[in-house]
Parts: sequence; C-alpha cells; structure tokens
Amino acid sequence: MTFWKIAALNVAVIISASAAFAETEITLWHAMGGKLGETVNKIAEDFNASQDDYKITPVFKGSYEETLTAGIAAFRAGEQPNIMQVFDAGAATVIGAKGATIPVQDLLTDNGVNFDINDYISGVRYFYADSDGKMIGMPFNSSSPIMYYNVDALEKAGVTPPKTWEEFQSVTAPALKEAGYIGMSQSHLPWIFTENFMSRHNLPFATNDNGYDGAEGTQILVNNDAIKAHFTALTEWKDSGFFEWYGTGWDDNQKPFEDGDVAIWLGSSGSFGGLMSKDLGFEFSATYLPYWEAVTTEPKQTFIGGASLFAMSGKSAEENEATAKFFEFLTSADVQYFWHKETGYVPITEAAYELAKEDGHYDRFPAAEVGIQQLSLPGGDNTKGYRMGFYVQIRDVMNREYGRILTGETSVEDAFNNIEKEANDLLARFAKTQG
Amino acid sequence: MKRAGFTTVWLPIALLLPQLMIIAIFFYWPAAWAVQSSFYLQDPFGFGSTFVGVENYTDLMTNTEYGKVARFTLIYTALVTFFSLSIALLLAVKADKVIKGAKSYRTLLMWVYAIAPPVAGFLGLMFFDQRNGPMTEMFQTLGWDFRLGADYNSTATAMVIVAVWKQIPVNFIFFLSGLQSIPKSVREAALIDNRSASGRFWDVTFPLLAPTAFFLLIINITYALFDTFGIIDTLVRSEPGNNPVTLVYKVFVDGFRGNDLGGSSAQSVILMVLVLLLTVFQFRLIERRIHYT
Repeated sequence: MTFWKIAALNVAVIISASAAFAETEITLWHAMGGKLGETVNKIAEDFNASQDDYKITPVFKGSYEETLTAGIAAFRAGEQPNIMQVFDAGAATVIGAKGATIPVQDLLTDNGVNFDINDYISGVRYFYADSDGKMIGMPFNSSSPIMYYNVDALEKAGVTPPKTWEEFQSVTAPALKEAGYIGMSQSHLPWIFTENFMSRHNLPFATNDNGYDGAEGTQILVNNDAIKAHFTALTEWKDSGFFEWYGTGWDDNQKPFEDGDVAIWLGSSGSFGGLMSKDLGFEFSATYLPYWEAVTTEPKQTFIGGASLFAMSGKSAEENEATAKFFEFLTSADVQYFWHKETGYVPITEAAYELAKEDGHYDRFPAAEVGIQQLSLPGGDNTKGYRMGFYVQIRDVMNREYGRILTGETSVEDAFNNIEKEANDLLARFAKTQG
Repeated sequence: MKRAGFTTVWLPIALLLPQLMIIAIFFYWPAAWAVQSSFYLQDPFGFGSTFVGVENYTDLMTNTEYGKVARFTLIYTALVTFFSLSIALLLAVKADKVIKGAKSYRTLLMWVYAIAPPVAGFLGLMFFDQRNGPMTEMFQTLGWDFRLGADYNSTATAMVIVAVWKQIPVNFIFFLSGLQSIPKSVREAALIDNRSASGRFWDVTFPLLAPTAFFLLIINITYALFDTFGIIDTLVRSEPGNNPVTLVYKVFVDGFRGNDLGGSSAQSVILMVLVLLLTVFQFRLIERRIHYT
C-alpha cells in the first residue's frame, strides 16, 4: 500500500468518524451472557447499520439481579442507561418507582411509532403492564415453563407424554420407573410449580388482582389446597422414585435429564436452543405443562418469564427518540424471528410468530413452538401474571421452604404457613417503601 | 530513657490526615449512612421512603429465620476457626521438625494462600459436584448420601471444608514463624527437663506461641464471619434456597439481590455492633491472660 493510499484511508476514517458525531448515542444494560449476549450484540449492530441517526451500545452487567442493582445505583447517581433489562421478579420494584421509567407505550406513541397492544401475543401482553393495561416495559426475552421429554425413554416405557398430573402419577411415572428411568425433574419451583401453577389452573395468586392494582394491602394467596396437594404429591413421588429434586440450582436439575437418567424435565422454553446445540444421545421433544384434572378441567395459558426492557427517565428527547426507534426495530417481525430462532425465547408479536410459521421453523423444530402455543392458550382472570414487591426475597423464601419439604425437614402444611406469613410481611414492608 | 515526641502539633495531624480521611470516607460515612437508612423503608430508586423507627430491627428479631441464620453463623465460625487453627498448628509443628527439603515442604503448604475465595469456592464445586465430584463419591462410599445444594448438612460440610482449606496456609505461615522465633536455648532446656514431646509442647512451646495464636484467633474469626462470602456464594451458586447461609451473606441477598435497603442496613448495623463487642471482648478479656515477651 502506498503512502497516498494510506493517507486517503486515514482521511476517510476521520470523515466517517466525524459523521458518527451526529448520531444520537444510547446505551442498553442487559443480563444476557454467553451466546445470548452475542445475539443481543448482533441485533444492536444490525440496528446501527440499518440507519445513520442513532447508535446503541449494549453493555453486559451480569445476572438479572446484578443488572437491576447496577441500574438502581446508576439511577440514584444520575448516570442511568437509556434502556435497562429487568427480569420478571423485579418488575414490581421498577414499575412501583413511578418516575424511574417512561412507560414504553407513551414513549412509542410520543415518538411517532405505531403501537397496538393487540399486536403482541396474549401471554406476553399484560405481564409488564399497569392495572389499566398500559404497557410499561417492553417484553424482550420472553419464555414460559414447558415440559421436555426424552422420546426414546417414553417409547421404551410404552407411554406418551402425560397431559395431566393424574396420568403422570398412575401411568407415566410407574412405566418409566419400570423402564429404569426417574420420571421427572424440574428446574425452578417458584416459577414452574407456583407462579405458573396458579396460572395454568386459573387460581388467584394474590389479592388486588394478583397485585396489579397496587402494593397497598396486597396479600399473597399461595396457601391453598390445590398447591399443597401438589407438593404433597411431589414428596410421595420422590419417595417412590417418580420424581427427583437436585437442589435449587437450575443446572443441577437439568443435567440428569441431559444425561438420560431422568425422562421428563420441566424447564424454560428458552432452554430449547441450548438443548438443541448439545449432543444428547437421545431424541427429545416438548409439550405443555401437565395440570391436575381434580383442580380444573379447563387448563389455561401460562405467562411469561424472562425479562423486559425499560426506558429510563431523565434522558433528552433526542435520546428517547432513539430508544423508541430501537424498540420499533426490536419488535419488527424479522428481528423477533431472528431472536426466536437463535435463542428459543418466544417471538413477542403475532406478526413474528406468523413469519416463523411461514418460514417452516416449526416444521423443522416442532418443539420450538410449544412455548408460544402454551402462552396462547385460553386465558382466565388469573393468567396475566403477578405484581408483587420484594418478590426476589419471596422467591428465596419459597425456595427455602420447598427445599425443606423435599428434604423432609418440614411438612407441607408448615412450609406453606411460613411462606404465606413471610411473604405477607415482605409485601407489607414493600408497600411502605412506596409511601 | 529518651522520650520521642513531635515539636509541633500540626505535623502529627498532617501525617495522620490521609489515614483519617480514608477511614472517614470508606468507613464512617457509609456506616453513618447505614445507621440512618436502617430506620427507613425506602423505594430502591429513591422516590418514596417511610420512617419506620426501629421496625426494621424488631422485624429481624421476630423473624425465626434470622435467628437460624445467626445460629448457623456462630457454629460455622467456631468450626472454621477451630479446624483451620488446629490443623495449621499441627502442620507447622511437623514442618518445623523437617530438616531435609524443608523449604519445598513449606512452600507447598503455603501455596493455597494465593487462591481467591471465589476460586476456592469453584474448586469446591468441582470436588463436591452432585454427579461426579470425588468428595461426593467418597462420602457416598462411606454411606452418606452427600448432595451439595440440595441437602442442608451437605452444603454446610462443604462450606466448612473449603473455608478451612483456604485458611490453613495463612495460619501455617504465622505459626511456623512463631515456632522459629522460639529461642533454641529454651527448647534445649526444656528437652532436659521433660522427655515427653507432647508435654514439652503444651508446657513450653504452646504458651510461647500464645501471642501468635491470639492474633490468629481474631483474624480467623473475622475471616469466617466476613471473608468466606465468596466461597459461600459460589458453593450455593447465588441461590440460597434451603442451604445454610451466614449473616453477611444474608445482608447481600436482602440488600443487593432483593433491594431491601432498610432491612439489610439494619442487618449491617447489627453486624457492626457484633464486631465492636467481639473486639472489646477479645482485647479486654483474652489479651490480659496472654503473656507477651
């Protein structure tokens, strides 16, 4: 390369760099590590390449809890990012702090982006909305608990995936045990066997419309006969070798399924991509979470887990416009389909779901559709989600008491009394933080 | 004897100032802030807050779970301190007697000192892994259904073993240098008076080691109470569940994970008082009985 060529190149670089100064720069703090983080970076790069006016920089901040804590600390110091990813259990904290965020619905309409909540698939729509149904946080990585099963194991045992817990108890699990398998494990007791258990059976989870009507006076309704019967059944299944619990850690419970010791595993629809990429040595598939026929004959949809993106307040109009444009890009059918395909998280809009169907994604991977189908089952009064403050601690209390039930340290009755009492104390404390 | 002193008042103050400022900025200021916020329940983003008086404290006192955590912390601290001190002392006494290749032995024994607590926790995770950890297999052949993360006692055992393992080298270094500073003449005199090796150890060597041991006792209690945080967090994979946790870990879980600023501030204040009492107790009651040469 000659001197002049290099000089010309330098000039070109300087010119393009100064052009970049005209861009409005915004930041996104997220909790997506590893492969998921790479996919977030790819979406950001594509957004930056798609236009010249805005530039987004994604920053990985650690776990969900760490991201929320970092965001709060930054907000108090006036250094908040434009967009912050907040997980399901932290929703009450960030939505309760009125003035910390700009409702995404307002942000979009104010910046000339079309918004219709009905464009979003029904299980996603209202989880991060206020009691009037206004969307506050933009659902991002949305998943739902589903049932994965080892096709070879079920064939060997001569059974089909159980539709109801009664079927699992009397048909599936005994046959699997006969065939040399442990029937089932699961990876998140509060999420799968509590929050979504309530939704699947259309049982109320908290007063004040599951907490959506405000923190004041909200009480948890976890201490009911249906869920206590479920946990009693779990202990019995554990004793008879139908079910095993490997601790509170997610991976500890997923690993025995991957190793082929456990035939059925309840995990996240977002786990699909990870399972696909592994050489499992058996064929797996997925279907809906079972339900108790004794509790309901009309099982309902589950709601989303995962996290959503919040537009933080205190930013300039130009930056808010950039945030709105990024959300528009993010929710477009192409990007959502890309995200869905790469990660296994569900597409959040009907349009993206249609696109995935048209493209034949579900013909190739039928199990990839289970999450979104389950989220699109008929809804009920108690299926849009929950909104409870200090919910991270409430989950910790549940995990602690459930662990004690399953290690025989306490009885189901005592455990649920404890959960109810401690959760209500926490909710009352949270209500006071909002004063 | 000549009395050393400063001629002006300002020089010592100027020399002390950097240290005082560091203490003020990094200790007194946050401590005062913690005391203040322990009387409030506040929205983490700083919008709303309610003055609740001592409610954060009374809530803790009436919470049976907090009592359980405190009891576990006490047992854990006692076990970690006892085992890391006694094993290190044994190793130091034995290493002191080695003549051939003494340096390599000592270096090998000190090696673990360089490992950071979370790394120690991670090594523990591999050793105690539920499915293929060698320690898990060992316990299982002994007839104990050891399950890290699922069973309370299993996790507690792993926490103690990893914490002790990590702390032994520090104690070992101090004990060894303590032993080597005992004058040879004293030992030789003892050799004539007493033929029993263990008798000599308890009557002569141990009392002479007491200042070192006392210093290490404080260091080890503080270590078990506060510095084992990284080990615990790694071993429980940041999900306490039904696993045992210590008071410091609970401050983190409630404050940094759960954003309960008032409640975790109250817990921090309780810990500060605890440390204060511990220090007073150690210096007032124990140090008097120790003879410094």
